[in-house]
Amino acid sequence: MEKRVTFQERGLPYLLIAPQMAITLIFFFWPSGQAIWQSLLLEDAFGGNTKFVWFDNFTALFADSAYFASVRLTLVFSALVASLGLAVSLLLAVMADRVIRGASVYKAFLVWPYAVAPAVAGVLWGFLFNPSVGVVVWLLSGIGIDFNYVIDGNQALLLIVIASVWNQVSYNFLFFLAGLQSIPRSLIEAAAIDGAGPGKRFWDIIFPLLSPTGFFLLVVNIIYAFFGTFGVVSSLTQGGPAKATEILVWKVYNDGFRGQDLGSSSAQSVILMLAVILLTVVQFRFIERKVHY
Amino acid sequence: MSRTLLSSIAAVAVLASAHGAAAQTEIQWWHAMGGALGEAVNAMVDQFNKSQTEYKVNAVFKGSYTETLTAAVAAFRAKQGPDIVQVFEVGTATMMAAKGAVYPVYQLMADEKEPFDPKAFIGPVYGYYSTTDGKLLSMPFNSSTPVFYWNKELFKKAGLDPETPPKTWKDVGDYAAKLVASGAKCGITSEWETWILLENYGAWHNLPFATLQNGFGGLGAELKFNDQPRIKLISMLAEWTKDKRFVYGGREGKPTALMSSGDCGMELASSGTASQLFKSLKPENVGIAMMPYSPEVKAQPQNSIIGGATLWVLQGRPKAEYKGVAKFLSFVSSPAVAAKWHQDTGYVPITLAAAKLTQDSGFYKKNPGRDVAVKELTLNPPTENSKGLRLGNFVQIRDAEDEELEAVWSGKKDAKTALDDAVKRGNELLRKFEAANK
Repeated sequence: MEKRVTFQERGLPYLLIAPQMAITLIFFFWPSGQAIWQSLLLEDAFGGNTKFVWFDNFTALFADSAYFASVRLTLVFSALVASLGLAVSLLLAVMADRVIRGASVYKAFLVWPYAVAPAVAGVLWGFLFNPSVGVVVWLLSGIGIDFNYVIDGNQALLLIVIASVWNQVSYNFLFFLAGLQSIPRSLIEAAAIDGAGPGKRFWDIIFPLLSPTGFFLLVVNIIYAFFGTFGVVSSLTQGGPAKATEILVWKVYNDGFRGQDLGSSSAQSVILMLAVILLTVVQFRFIERKVHY
Repeated sequence: MSRTLLSSIAAVAVLASAHGAAAQTEIQWWHAMGGALGEAVNAMVDQFNKSQTEYKVNAVFKGSYTETLTAAVAAFRAKQGPDIVQVFEVGTATMMAAKGAVYPVYQLMADEKEPFDPKAFIGPVYGYYSTTDGKLLSMPFNSSTPVFYWNKELFKKAGLDPETPPKTWKDVGDYAAKLVASGAKCGITSEWETWILLENYGAWHNLPFATLQNGFGGLGAELKFNDQPRIKLISMLAEWTKDKRFVYGGREGKPTALMSSGDCGMELASSGTASQLFKSLKPENVGIAMMPYSPEVKAQPQNSIIGGATLWVLQGRPKAEYKGVAKFLSFVSSPAVAAKWHQDTGYVPITLAAAKLTQDSGFYKKNPGRDVAVKELTLNPPTENSKGLRLGNFVQIRDAEDEELEAVWSGKKDAKTALDDAVKRGNELLRKFEAANK
């Protein structure tokens, strides 16, 4: 027999979720609706001269090679951030799981980066890699590598990937660690008794059992790479040099607020919203089938 | 609660509200002057507020120029805009095209019967912000122009005379080679490349930046900065990047870090950067001179154009406030106030009277090089190529130019392709602005 919570009053459940619904409506649906409306307009900065132009903003974007370059860049960027973020944090979680002495110290240190805001993370790494006074740049020049992310686009991309991954590793680490610790020890011991080595134990038993956590983190990391990395780009490279780090979310901000082109910016954010919705739907329908619970 | 406590709370409340009932009209001024400049702004505002009791100007620092403009636009749309907003010169076309949002200064001064003399202002400063028939749209406030700085110690080390700056671009190349040979990490760098190497190079040599008098003549302007002289300049600098005679330091003001740290021997930068360089290199070590020129393009330089920002007045405020706004604008452009602002900050004096006041006080003798900026601006009466620029979507056009130049510095494009592409992208942006503002 199913356990169900039942309410005596018919209206009480609606009343209880009303605050959350209000917040979702005001902070998510209203701005999204406004963005959709503005994407159909061509207006001057102050709003005095507004024209309804149907889908002109969208067609202009699809004819713009710079937009497609940004799309390609964002895909590459989020693939790098998600894969590196998950791989590094999984490694750290597996190693932290085995440590007995000083475990809480390691865990505390590994969690701290998450408390740093993305913009601050950008500034931090900007200092380390500053072409004139950065410590890491000085060390690299000692071994013959000339690092200047202000001029070299690939180095700039590498830098924002590093800063973004560093920021997110703690979050992934915590989830992976919890996931590892929820795996029954008996399974692993049984496998060890049957003669499975550590590698086989990891890939055949631990990894599949971690897949719900892994899948969840994959979704979270991709959304983070699409949106949460804005702070890093804004404080570190501002989309440069020569558009090498102009990810889609930065382009939305740049075109809308620096360029005062609100129509194009809204159109871009509408496309971004649809893309992420589609991504999440695809992931939940197809990939979740492969996840072992 | 005890009676005494209750009655004392009531008394405080009455006193507090009584203070709020004083009839001082508040004027909101949103600006982008941070750090030392912000302190100078606050001092100026305090002086105005203390000089009379009818109006109180409230100066609010809103962040960068972009952030300040964005905030003003958003607030205006929500009918909560400020009275005065400081907008950078790149935003001029946006402000001018804003139907019903801007209250032109000449109209404000006339409506409020505030004495106002257009001829009191320095030519290029006035010209940039007025209509084609000479009516001032926004009040000049902090205008700068690019000047040439050099590090005298590095010059000595390279065997160059520390008191003699290079005059032509060829000289700059020779000096840069000597600096690099003596161990300097860089010969020359430049702030704000689009403003200095493309816009001001054009004005300095009387070359057009865009058609229709650099955009003053209408929204149909087309860009023209991909001409032979500028292709030659950028190619030359690209060649210099190979042996560090020229080093790219980033956009906007970032390259000054290379000069401040003693890496570069020479820099083209805003006249407002002087205070920063004096702090890091010591005043006796910093030389200031006019920008170098190319005598093969023009025998003698024409004049430079300004950067910086002006004060725009927005519509939508209660009528009573505008009289205070007019009075404050008069205050800002009064000789003593304008002279003090110029001396404290490195921005040029906006009126001839302020320049003369500064000259007569012996300021330029005590601080050599601080008059270079004014000299550059007033070198010759401006032509239609050197009055200034008025182009829409200029922030994005400059971004496009920055990107194309970055492609040149990293070796991905040659100068001609980059400048042609920049013109192409810029023209698309201009057509977009035209469509949105017809």
